[in-house]
Amino acid sequence: MIQIIQNLGKSTRTSFTKLGRATYFLFQTISGTFGILLRPRLLLNQLYSVGVLSFLIITISGLFVGMVLGLQGYYTLSDFGAEETLGVMVAASLVRELGPVVSALLFAGRAGSALTAEIGLMKATEQLSGMEMMAVDPIKRIITPRFLAGLISMPLLAGLFSAVGIVGGQIIGSGLLGVDQGVYWSQMQASIDFHDDIINGVIKSIVFGFVASWIALFEGYDAIPTSEGVSRATTRTVVNSAFSILGLDFILTALMFGDN
Amino acid sequence: MQHTSTQDTLVGLFVASGIVGLLFLAMQVSNLSSFIDEDSYTITARFENSGALKVKSQVSAAGVKIGQVVGINLDPKTYESVVQMSIYSKFNTLPDDTTASIFTAGLLGEQYVNLEPGGSDIYLQKGGKIEITQSAIILEKALGQFLFKSAEEKK
Repeated sequence: MIQIIQNLGKSTRTSFTKLGRATYFLFQTISGTFGILLRPRLLLNQLYSVGVLSFLIITISGLFVGMVLGLQGYYTLSDFGAEETLGVMVAASLVRELGPVVSALLFAGRAGSALTAEIGLMKATEQLSGMEMMAVDPIKRIITPRFLAGLISMPLLAGLFSAVGIVGGQIIGSGLLGVDQGVYWSQMQASIDFHDDIINGVIKSIVFGFVASWIALFEGYDAIPTSEGVSRATTRTVVNSAFSILGLDFILTALMFGDN
Repeated sequence: MQHTSTQDTLVGLFVASGIVGLLFLAMQVSNLSSFIDEDSYTITARFENSGALKVKSQVSAAGVKIGQVVGINLDPKTYESVVQMSIYSKFNTLPDDTTASIFTAGLLGEQYVNLEPGGSDIYLQKGGKIEITQSAIILEKALGQFLFKSAEEKK
């Protein structure tokens, strides 16, 4: 019995210690931001590997998600004779929820896991300590550019996801199922609000980009420097990112869309 | 890691397409484009009951959208609903005896303000007040009256 309580206390303490390390790590990362302005090359490289390489998976998934929404929405809405509101349904669900959330989950799986594995291996092969030996701060040189790249890429990717999805919904809705194209767009424009829906969606995606990059980089930096440790860290990245994204999404939705 | 100009181009394309996506959302999907460069002036109308009218509800005349509701407040003395409407400046020839009524678009649709111009030569100015108003029809009230009336007739 006492053993159980001891273990409980121990695991609580470890998780708080880890949270503390993660916070400290975040401050260090952010404090390196100004250094990046002097070396935009580092950021550009990371924008390539974090953003450009995620481009394809995001646009293709966005297209299919939009097409599925178009199909499912049409079947449900046509029961009520409300096919005209298909555009509103597709756009609202994409811009408010699916765009930021699904692209953040894909981003965590595609870019986050790669970041963790990369940094974990750098640690395992002692590249990070090598940099310290040469008086180069590995956080400023390695972590901050990747963090900023994630922060910049995420809203762009989420915007692309939603835009491609809405076009996909239109292809299915008015191309295959016979919703009038003009009605699809005009109903959408009448109901989707720029500030309430689109800006809030962008804010969501920035928050998700922040959290997903933070978790991925910290797990890599904090990984046990063995091959098993790196593999565990990669798993933790995907699991923790998914949890945080979905949990934060609930909180953000309650805050943003609660009052009407 | 090597720097190549192809990589730079791809990053540029990525950022540009992301911005195009966001712009597409802003202009094509949302109602942002309908508010740009629309000068407007505000007029108010007092209703006994403004029903389910909301801020941003449409204001129309003869079925054409000419503005939107920007504020709904309760007058603390007369207990009337004071509805502020912003009308696009190009429709600046509304007579001062215009009638404002609250209608419902379709059976289950949203409520909107309909303005019916009168015959006066004096036009409503900025901050003008519409004197003649007709309240929203509350469906429950109308149904109640109808049922009551049909019960009376049966006696």
